[in-house]
Amino acid sequence: METFFQQIINGLSLGSIYALLALGYTMVYGIIKLINFAHGDIYMLGAFWGYYVINVWHFNFISALLSAMLVGAASGVIIEYFAYRPLRHSPRITALITAIGVSFLLENGMSYLFSSNTRDFPQIIKQVNYHIGGVLISNIQILILVTACVLMVLLQLIIKKTKMGRAMRAVSVDPDAAELVGININWTISFTFALGSALAGAAGVLIGLYYNSIDPLMGMTPGIKAFVAAVLGGIGSVPGASVGGFIIGILETFVQSIGLSAYKDAVVYFVLIVILLILPAGIFGKNTKEKV
Amino acid sequence: MKANFKYNLVWLIIMVAGFYLMNTLILVGVIDSFIENMLVTIGINIILATGLNLIIGFAGQFSLGHAGFMAIGAYATAIVTQTASTPGGFYASIFIGIVISIVAALIVGVPTLRLRGDYLAIATMGASEIIRILINNMKITGGAAGMFNIPQFADWPTVYIMVCVTTIIIVNFIHSRAGRAVKSVREDEIAAEAMGINVTKWKLAAFVLGASTAAVAGSLHASYLQTIAPNDFGIMESISILIIVVLGGVGSITGTFVAAVVLGVLDTVLQNFGALRMVIYAAALILIMIFKPSGLLGTWELSIKKIFSRSKRKERVES
Repeated sequence: METFFQQIINGLSLGSIYALLALGYTMVYGIIKLINFAHGDIYMLGAFWGYYVINVWHFNFISALLSAMLVGAASGVIIEYFAYRPLRHSPRITALITAIGVSFLLENGMSYLFSSNTRDFPQIIKQVNYHIGGVLISNIQILILVTACVLMVLLQLIIKKTKMGRAMRAVSVDPDAAELVGININWTISFTFALGSALAGAAGVLIGLYYNSIDPLMGMTPGIKAFVAAVLGGIGSVPGASVGGFIIGILETFVQSIGLSAYKDAVVYFVLIVILLILPAGIFGKNTKEKV
Repeated sequence: MKANFKYNLVWLIIMVAGFYLMNTLILVGVIDSFIENMLVTIGINIILATGLNLIIGFAGQFSLGHAGFMAIGAYATAIVTQTASTPGGFYASIFIGIVISIVAALIVGVPTLRLRGDYLAIATMGASEIIRILINNMKITGGAAGMFNIPQFADWPTVYIMVCVTTIIIVNFIHSRAGRAVKSVREDEIAAEAMGINVTKWKLAAFVLGASTAAVAGSLHASYLQTIAPNDFGIMESISILIIVVLGGVGSITGTFVAAVVLGVLDTVLQNFGALRMVIYAAALILIMIFKPSGLLGTWELSIKKIFSRSKRKERVES
């Protein structure tokens, strides 16, 4: 029973990172129907930014996190402006390949400029372990969980309560109609990219603290896992992405704890395929009827 | 058969002439082993990409799992030729690879081809990753280290002939009754179904044919390079095949050939740039996509038939 709760705790911390990433995927997909493959690399940029400011400028955790979110948001907007905006009306597969190209460019550009070595992320917060009823929980895990939850609540508030959030929802339902009622589509899409990429930047700093090592290719696998999480929750749905992220995180730690760590990715994909077959639009996705 | 005899003959002559041209160039020494290596890589990529183009461009099913089927072919050859180290064993291993990958494609395809668009892409990607992870953890496949010293039976002529054979099979499939059914599924599934086309069957047919050519390419890859590891067949490999298809133009076999050659040459030229290579490659990819979104050739197809009929029309106008 104790190991069960222990795995739940570990799974939740890993899952909150996936959830933060999955939110960016799901928002971008909801609004322009693009799988933004470069999203995992914005998470890498966030981690490198955190590494840089903590080591060189001696930022504390909060300011490192906030500045990484700003950097993430800025890079997301720049990528959207230069790479995806010219392709908004071309076939979706073209935009997808461009996204892969951007992802390659960021990964290899970073390895070229700053070498592809793995570095140790500076531990600005001393790890303290608490034993609660036999379950080991560290302050970093609590921090990750709390930060992720705060950010998700903030995101939900922005989407549901602000004018910009309403514009985002309108564009994702019908871009043409949204334009007719006076919504600036370009501005709204940029804002969506900024929000999603800011969350990825934050996730980068958090994973640096948790796993303690970063490298230019770190974004690839978590990026794909987070996308799987977004699909699992129902792509385009914000609560779905959070739930999907937590499910993937918990699933992965459980498979690892029963000694099948070599198969952990296979189990994740298998569960994904099974869920897609039962619920073709994911757990929270809207099942759109096909019309002739 | 008779109607197209002339065009088929021209294609046959082009193929044979291409073969002898390459052979002479190799004998004379214009093509050294470095370039020959590049040509073989291009040939294998052509086989992979035409198969994927059949699935994506003609059947309209967005699959991201091509590398998984390639892995099946590669490991079939590696395992079989280690015990039966003869050319016969090699060809038998290609056959075994095809059979296993057809079975795998059926297992993957029957449930997942009900999904569409990005859901299908992610499901096929997951399936190919499952194949890779299984290979990674099996004893017979050498685990994560892979397999070494695979006897080399695939040389340049074998690859050339295989490129020709798979292309002929796929192009004939596209131009047959089956191909028209597959294309109608791509255009509109509901309309196709209303016309009495068994949508599931034809989607599956295209998927299985594409998967079996991927297995052939995998066999050639294993036998030519002589070492394989599970990580060669990851998501990145599927993506690089997809890049060839999209760069050449989705739905154009000629485009696939052109893109495979362009990317192969680009890759070889960029090797002089060392670490900058992938940066330039990525930037080139983004720029081509932004300025030529439909791929290099769009849906344009090189057709001897069209060239003939055009010149005939010209003659008629002149006389």
